[in-house]
Amino acid sequence: MSTIEIGGKTLELDADGNLANISDWNEEIARELAKSEGIEELNESHWQVINYMRKVFVEDGGAPSIRKLTKESGVNTKELYALFPNGPAKKSAKIAGLPKPKGCI
Amino acid sequence: MADPIERVSIVVSKGSLEGVYPGLIMANGARMEGIEATLFFTFFGLDAIIDKRMDSCSVATVGNSAMRIPGGLKMPTLLGAIPGMEAFATFMMKKEMEKIDIPPVREFIEMIHDAGCDIYACKATVDMFHLSKDDFCPQMDEIITVGEFYEKSAGAQIIFT
Repeated sequence: MSTIEIGGKTLELDADGNLANISDWNEEIARELAKSEGIEELNESHWQVINYMRKVFVEDGGAPSIRKLTKESGVNTKELYALFPNGPAKKSAKIAGLPKPKGCI
Repeated sequence: MADPIERVSIVVSKGSLEGVYPGLIMANGARMEGIEATLFFTFFGLDAIIDKRMDSCSVATVGNSAMRIPGGLKMPTLLGAIPGMEAFATFMMKKEMEKIDIPPVREFIEMIHDAGCDIYACKATVDMFHLSKDDFCPQMDEIITVGEFYEKSAGAQIIFT
């Protein structure tokens, strides 16, 4: 299993390169994960999406679909793609310390 | 590992519900993976982006040999022709789609367009059916010829549905 070094801590990653244990996550780690995804700074809207992703994961046991994300996170589709270029659901899940979303939508 | 796919150009040529959705799901899925996507609607596929028709795409119950009745038995073609059967099959499919968060056609087209996918209509079909730009939903970017379609598909994998 591969690992990542953040703030002096070694964290385990799953096969997709996402954090293996969601309890390892904190905001500092999110900022570092974002940098490795090419997002230098997380603004308020980024956090809105990240916190929504984590909330849904805890409640439903899985990452939300892009439709749900668009409808309920308070951030619309266009903005989502601008905030997380090249795949908003996939990238925001990674930064939020969650497994890669499994759905087709 | 082989080179990842960077661009797709998806042609939707059928106007039934089951004809329209595969292309839409593939286009949306491409954008979600960071793959550039273009949608090109031709022939009856245009129904998915014609403003007055896009909310009424239905499942074809006649001539579909894979059609099953609840319980899993094959549906005889004649049964599929009974009035109301098409509406019923469409209702059932839409209900199941909603359960797995697949949006209705109009909402899906809006979502895909907002995700940065260009949406085109085929000029030959538009001329054949005597349509104009005003007949389409606002997300339709341009009416283009097949030549322009190939130009815009440069470097893309073309997927025909």
